[in-house]
Amino acid sequence: MSKLIKNFSHLFLPISVMTLLIIINLIKGADYFRITMVNGAFYGNIPNIFFGASELVILSIGMTLVTAASRGQDISIGESATITSAIFVLFVLQANEVTVLTIVAAFLLSCVAGLALGAFNGTLVSVFKVQPMVASLILFTGGRSIAFMIDGKLSPILANDISNKIGTVIPGVPIQTPIILTVVFIVFVAVLFRTTNLRLYVETVGINPNAARLNGINPKKIIFLTFLIMGVCTAVAGFIAVNKAGRHDSVNLLKLIMMDAILAVAIGGNSLSGGKFSITGSIIGAYTIEMLNRTLLRLEIDPAMIKVFKAIFIIILMVVASPVVRLFLRKSLDRVRAWRSTASQSVGNLKTPNTNITDMKEE
Amino acid sequence: MTTVNVIKPKARLSNSNILFLIAAVIFVLMYIFAIITFPASFMQFQTFFDLFNLNAPLIIMTLGLSIVMIGGGIDISVGSVCGLVTMACAVYLEHKMGSIGGAILIALGIGIVFGILQGYLIAYLEIQPFIITLSGLFLAQGLLTTLHKDPINVTMPAFVNLRDFDIVIAWLGAKNRLGVFIPCEIKPGTIIVVILLVILASLMKWSRFGRNVYAVGGNSNSAMMLGINVKRTVFITYVMSGLTAGIAGFVYIMTTGAGNVGNASGAEMKAIASAIIGGTLLNGGVGNLLGAPIGTLTLLVINELIRAAGVQSNFQAMVSGLMLYFFIVLQSLIMSLRDRTRIRFTLPPWLRLSEKAKSGNHRET
Repeated sequence: MSKLIKNFSHLFLPISVMTLLIIINLIKGADYFRITMVNGAFYGNIPNIFFGASELVILSIGMTLVTAASRGQDISIGESATITSAIFVLFVLQANEVTVLTIVAAFLLSCVAGLALGAFNGTLVSVFKVQPMVASLILFTGGRSIAFMIDGKLSPILANDISNKIGTVIPGVPIQTPIILTVVFIVFVAVLFRTTNLRLYVETVGINPNAARLNGINPKKIIFLTFLIMGVCTAVAGFIAVNKAGRHDSVNLLKLIMMDAILAVAIGGNSLSGGKFSITGSIIGAYTIEMLNRTLLRLEIDPAMIKVFKAIFIIILMVVASPVVRLFLRKSLDRVRAWRSTASQSVGNLKTPNTNITDMKEE
Repeated sequence: MTTVNVIKPKARLSNSNILFLIAAVIFVLMYIFAIITFPASFMQFQTFFDLFNLNAPLIIMTLGLSIVMIGGGIDISVGSVCGLVTMACAVYLEHKMGSIGGAILIALGIGIVFGILQGYLIAYLEIQPFIITLSGLFLAQGLLTTLHKDPINVTMPAFVNLRDFDIVIAWLGAKNRLGVFIPCEIKPGTIIVVILLVILASLMKWSRFGRNVYAVGGNSNSAMMLGINVKRTVFITYVMSGLTAGIAGFVYIMTTGAGNVGNASGAEMKAIASAIIGGTLLNGGVGNLLGAPIGTLTLLVINELIRAAGVQSNFQAMVSGLMLYFFIVLQSLIMSLRDRTRIRFTLPPWLRLSEKAKSGNHRET
């Protein structure tokens, strides 16, 4: 049991936040968990959260890796996703007949574009030693303009049957397709981390690049690799987002999602200055953010005030989780324990003073 | 004797100064290029002053942000705080009891409150600055829309006078197409920029606080061991950043004269970009406040050049991205070349390995 607690202690923050949000929602209305069946698919609050957060989850996985290895954040993910999805839409629209093969080919093409964009950022960060946030500022500035150029016109519409199915539901499958795609992606990432040494390498590079280099790990290659993975993540996220929306709006697609992705990484208990990371935490963090957004909507707060509440919630959350407050809580808890143990000892037998001294020393 | 001569000048030029020099040289070269390609517009002094007149808020924000970045933090709430200040001032000035002095107090007050809140949470509770200032951004935006949603045009007579007030330099100017001589005009915002620049730059350069900020940004652990109050220093950097954001908000409304939801939106990214072009590193400990206006002006001259060249508006963002790419790579190349030459020329071979590791460590921290 104690081992279990030790393994999952980093998940304490996201899970407690989620619990808190669920309690708030249950107070608002007891039907929070109700799931209804419409046209052979599940709908309801919980499926909607999974549905809405799918791109954010995928992007926050990539963001976790980039943060862990390069000690900085990629702020161009929304723009990269816009470019990759623009290529996807371009390929689908130029085809005469849209089949599954076309979609798959277009998706692979957009993945290649994502890899290229990741390689662009990765080269700047690893070879030229530019800080990640600065390096991705370039794509952040020019990305939407490139996507607009690929589009040609303002918002091409994806009006075919298969895209529609990918964006909503496939008949006969009770779960919305984006959720399935997200789960498949998460499983893929999990298998990747089970079968390779990537996790160890990324953590080593993030903790100390010089030490990693002396131990025979090339930090440049690892950082470059994380940016490539980030590129694939943006391609998948762009694919899901554009199929959900049904049209490619190069101005507003996934706008400012990097803020949410970085927030998800932080809520997941990861340090934003690199080193050890937990992808599970980031995934839970991403779902928590979507849950928070939907909770604020569900509480019928004035739309103008939503951002204020979001900010206050995040601030309270970070204050509770901050190292100073944690230390204070732990100390006061220890003090209470020490007081109780001394009290019980003075009442009971006085033969074991040793434990008392060690307790005091630990404190 | 020769070895001493070789070592000394190399060692004296610190990272802050070399990055500042690169930025300044690039800016001057770019302005000369602009004058050569478009002599009609860039030769006029008014064009140069307009860069200041219209973008004074951005330069002021960049100054505050640079201090935070030198101290090793980041503040992405500046743009939204500036927007909030403009709206609050507009609402207050349109109110019956409004006065300009009160509006200035409101602007400074909002800035300082945001600075104190964020600074306390970041410095004393040790929360990651990105998250706190991100929630500060959300908070400011939310308060802005809560306060008022529609654009307000301030019609108070005293304020309109202030808005239209220009300082005219009679002996500098140009003739327009009709041959009428038009003297140069400088907005009060430009004066504020210059005053703030002088105050803050000398503060960072010569005061004890400024040196503490450099020490904390360079390595907070060793700064603490040297007896510097790290927490208070970090706290004050955020308060100053909030204060400059407040001043920027007032200058903004003094320039445009209207409160709008979209005011100064996205300015935080522009401010970060200009601070970086000006030679401030995000890691902290390196930077020069004089680089902040130079970075901003470089960014603005890029935009002006693109506009003057008549590039289609869709491609403007792309071209400025490309220019940014060029700068960043150039900066990084110069830095790496400099490291290499220093190691090759200044150290005797038997010291090279350990020193190389040391310099590598220094760069990483």
